Amino acid sequence: MAPPALDSLPAPLRSLRLKTKQQELLLRVSALALIYVLAFAVRLFSVLRYESMIHEFDPYFNYRTTLFLTENGFSEFWNWFDSESWYPLGRVVGGTLFPGLMVTAALLHRLLHALSLAVHIREVCVLTAPFFAANTTLVAYAFGREIWDSGAGLVAAALIAIVPGYISRSVAGSYDNEGVAIFALLLTFYLFVRAVNTGSLAWALASAFGYFYMVSAWGGYVFIINLIPLYVLVLLVTGRYSQRLYVAYNCMYVLGMLLAMQIRFVGFQHVQSGEHMAAMGVFFLLQVFFFLDWVQYLLNDARLFKSFLRITLTCVITVGALALGIGTASGYISPWTGRFYSLLDPTYAKDHIPIIASVSEHQPTAWSSFMFDFHILLFLFPAGLYFCFKRLSDATIFIVMYGLTSMYFAGVMVRLILVAAPAVCLISAIAASATIKNLTTLIRTKSRSPQTTSGKTTGSKAAAKGAVDQSLPFQHNAAIALLLGAFYLLSRYAIHCTWVTSEAYSSPSIVLAARGHNGGRVIFDDYREAYYWLRQNTPPDAKIMSWWDYGYQITAMGNRTVIVDNNTWNNTHIATVGRAMSSYEDEAYEIMQSLDVNYVLVVFGGVTGYSSDDINKFLWMVRIGGGVFPVIKEPDYLVNGEYRIDKGAAPKMLNCLMYKLCYYRFGELTTEYGKPPGYDRVRGVEIGNKDIKLEYLEEAFTTSNWIVRIYKVKPPKNRS
Amino acid sequence: MLPLSLRTLATRTLLLLVIASAVSCSSLPPEDGIRVVSAEKRIDLTGPIVKVFLTLKVENAPTASEASRVLLAFTPTEVQHLSIVKATRAEGKHKKKAFVPLSIEASELATTAPDAPRLYSVLLSTPLKPGDATTLEVLYMLTHSLEPFPAEISQSESQLVYYRDSAVLLSPYHVLEQVTYIKMPSNRIESFTRVDPTTRAGSEVKYGTYNNQMPNSYLPILVHYENNRPFAVVEELVRKVEISHWGNIQITEQYKLKHGGARHKGVFSRLEYQSRPSVSGASSFKNLLVRLPPRVHSVYYRDEIGNISSSHLRTDSHKSELEIEPRYPLFGGWHCTFTVGYGLPLQDFVFESVDGRRYINLTFGCPLLDTVVDDLTVKTSYSYLDVVGRTTVVLKKKNVVGEHNVPFQVYYEFNPIFMLAEPLMLISAVLLFFVAFIAYLHMDLSIRKSS
Repeated sequence: MAPPALDSLPAPLRSLRLKTKQQELLLRVSALALIYVLAFAVRLFSVLRYESMIHEFDPYFNYRTTLFLTENGFSEFWNWFDSESWYPLGRVVGGTLFPGLMVTAALLHRLLHALSLAVHIREVCVLTAPFFAANTTLVAYAFGREIWDSGAGLVAAALIAIVPGYISRSVAGSYDNEGVAIFALLLTFYLFVRAVNTGSLAWALASAFGYFYMVSAWGGYVFIINLIPLYVLVLLVTGRYSQRLYVAYNCMYVLGMLLAMQIRFVGFQHVQSGEHMAAMGVFFLLQVFFFLDWVQYLLNDARLFKSFLRITLTCVITVGALALGIGTASGYISPWTGRFYSLLDPTYAKDHIPIIASVSEHQPTAWSSFMFDFHILLFLFPAGLYFCFKRLSDATIFIVMYGLTSMYFAGVMVRLILVAAPAVCLISAIAASATIKNLTTLIRTKSRSPQTTSGKTTGSKAAAKGAVDQSLPFQHNAAIALLLGAFYLLSRYAIHCTWVTSEAYSSPSIVLAARGHNGGRVIFDDYREAYYWLRQNTPPDAKIMSWWDYGYQITAMGNRTVIVDNNTWNNTHIATVGRAMSSYEDEAYEIMQSLDVNYVLVVFGGVTGYSSDDINKFLWMVRIGGGVFPVIKEPDYLVNGEYRIDKGAAPKMLNCLMYKLCYYRFGELTTEYGKPPGYDRVRGVEIGNKDIKLEYLEEAFTTSNWIVRIYKVKPPKNRS
Repeated sequence: MLPLSLRTLATRTLLLLVIASAVSCSSLPPEDGIRVVSAEKRIDLTGPIVKVFLTLKVENAPTASEASRVLLAFTPTEVQHLSIVKATRAEGKHKKKAFVPLSIEASELATTAPDAPRLYSVLLSTPLKPGDATTLEVLYMLTHSLEPFPAEISQSESQLVYYRDSAVLLSPYHVLEQVTYIKMPSNRIESFTRVDPTTRAGSEVKYGTYNNQMPNSYLPILVHYENNRPFAVVEELVRKVEISHWGNIQITEQYKLKHGGARHKGVFSRLEYQSRPSVSGASSFKNLLVRLPPRVHSVYYRDEIGNISSSHLRTDSHKSELEIEPRYPLFGGWHCTFTVGYGLPLQDFVFESVDGRRYINLTFGCPLLDTVVDDLTVKTSYSYLDVVGRTTVVLKKKNVVGEHNVPFQVYYEFNPIFMLAEPLMLISAVLLFFVAFIAYLHMDLSIRKSS
């Protein structure tokens, strides 16, 4: 009945029936829309489980600055001198941060308010990262389409929407630079590849603007400014030089560099710092290349050109080497920074910069975290590389290089898995898409062929059937089996990603949750309890000394001045705090007096079993303190190279300020049934010094689960 | 502007504005012939708020003219802390005895002398004929009248306070017979002034009986006793009421809470506080009760840095009770700010009056029990179209106690058609978006002709 009914429709309505191409478009758009929603929704676990709040450490600084930006406007923000941190030095905030994230959130906030949606800036900040992650899926789709086909693009979008390596940095509440930077990074790469493919100035310009956004958002832009020249160099070496490349790179580099100089924190680094010299070198090399190309065209004589080439190359190399040498020697070009070195050499930080090595996310990556963050992508990645090499083009060379270099960096530092995630997704998407496409075409053609042969004469039919019997059932079934296997793997991937997101990456780490005896959820909200106490019950100009991890949170939530914070720009200052924490009380008191400290804050997990507390971080304080002040020696705190806090601990350990502040009156408390009082539940031992007397400090506040303890520094005694 | 009428706080409540009108002579003797036959003053010092119950039997002299008012006297300090004065008059004989509320106003007979008593008139419903007598029951409350001494205490000490008053009734009239009782929360009374006859029985001290006191007599007394009841003081409370005619009233209350008792001094030891809750921090408090209307929904309790997870809501058909715990226990002098918000069903509170206008009927005052509010602001607004702004009625009052939780009404005009404005705006925006998209798809914007 249906076909006649359709035919009887009036002509205009009949034209509404979709053509195959339109159907495909509809399918593609709706799939993309679903992926977009998925990428956003999967990151909301933490909001549903806890509340709409900012997570961890750095995001609190970003939130505080965004708040400042929305309240005081951009020029105030740009010129902001923050006296609440790094007392007594202060911090020029406008000149020492990447403003991209804050400006983005403030603009979104303003836009929503213009639409008379009265949302609080906190909600905007919380949802910025998921929003940009959702946008990244669109970029990944476009990128995938550019390097392979739209199918690969769709798969790439789907993979990147839920890849744990990216989710770890972009859940709701994780309001950090990376949240927008990965979007900017992928966008810049996509636009650049597009520019190389088309040779269009417009795309190159767009990629320069993408680069500008990236520079404004995250220090990881250095990766772009080194990868793209490297890519250009590889194209030159492999003889893939083209006018398109020349246009794309020159436009992108020159404009991108000029735009990047507008960011105060970056300034003239593009022409002055060693990390950016590769890009400049390649820029000049490209000019030489172009010039030689032109000369070769003019000369039209191989021998003459060869000698010309020799002279030019020697001159260019000498001039370049001389310029670099003079620049470095005169200090005009700054040498590579420690962070850069530590990327090239994984052992560098451990030996030279303890402050970088002390951060857990700067550790070399373990195999398990690769598996955790990439799952099946880990073996789809090499398969994708195979496909890329099979169909080599300018675009695939780029993605291969991006994938390989970022994989190396991901191995050096855990946090750089984030940078590798988009490349791994794209390359894996090529593998997945190409495999599935091959398999489905196999199934389709083979299943159609028996029908077409059946229409032929009976004689050939038997022969054909024989042929089919011989080859087809095996191939056909194998294809189906492989396809099912691929779908099984992909569904496992989806399940794994959701599980990882929900279990591992959706905890705000400000609020801790644990299971109680009766299975109910117990919430430890001690951090906010302490910060709010500081905010309400201490003088507004009080100076708080704590280990640098908590600096951002104290200024953002406690609204009080701190000595050091997570922007670890002054190693000596941090070492001073480390020294105070690891000295005896009277020595520490002198240091604290010199820094005008009013309160000392320590984090202690001995009662609840919260393991990332200050006692566990203490050795880093000793190391960092000892790195600047040789008075502090690590062996003094160890017993035969062993870190102990019980009776057998080193005497210096048992009497240093940190130990005293953490365990003050802890010896009277029974923490666990059947254990002696003063039993530390993190270290699993009874503490060694139960009789702690404080002379220069007094307990001012301890939170309900003892996680944060605040001590007041007594004023100096009157002279008698 | 929309016509808005505000039928304020019921007549019982009174806006305490000390009228600084210039009546020249000091301690003006009232021209009528009233005298107090007997007076009983009961002072309740068990809580952070001082409650005084006065029973006055007044008599009009046979030779005088009809009296339409009776004057009450307060010291200037008392007037500063005076939160509320209420008076009732006993009418009828024994079985048919009824208490009729009377209205009170600040008297014109105020004086310019700085320490002269300030007078308030109780307006009698029926004038007192010459030779007649009547009984008045007066209740007044004083906030911030208990002075902690010592002003700073450590965690293990309990809080002692001073209370200052007069043994005899301060009155512009002749008082024939008078007695004062002071009730304290516990037996621990450090000291009290003796003005014979003075007797103490357990936690109560009795002054009197005193006979034949001249007008404006004042015999200062000082009581020093233990009071560990929470001295919760809301320094500032802003209540915002937002009416949506789609069926919801959203109320947001911003509190600035302080422990108004003796300041905490020195160490706060969590160990002591946890292991010996009865002796350690006796005057501190860690939870508060908020009484909310029934059928309250979407209740939240948070502060500037996020949600506070320690609260419990109990609802039944008559009331809802929200038990909230600040992030940390409040010791003397400690502060804490937070916000409580909730929604109420519209039909319970907004009604249509006979003349077609609508009115909202809400409770004034602070829903937090047993607290003093220094500065209360109630803002009522109704939102129907955000693009044109909101009309807001603002009520402000200082020195509010629980007795001020009385209903008030705000009348306003509202056309239901405006309810549709916002949905229509949304619909048209979405429609415009689709139209723009369709137009874009059907237009060829490229400069070059595509091949």
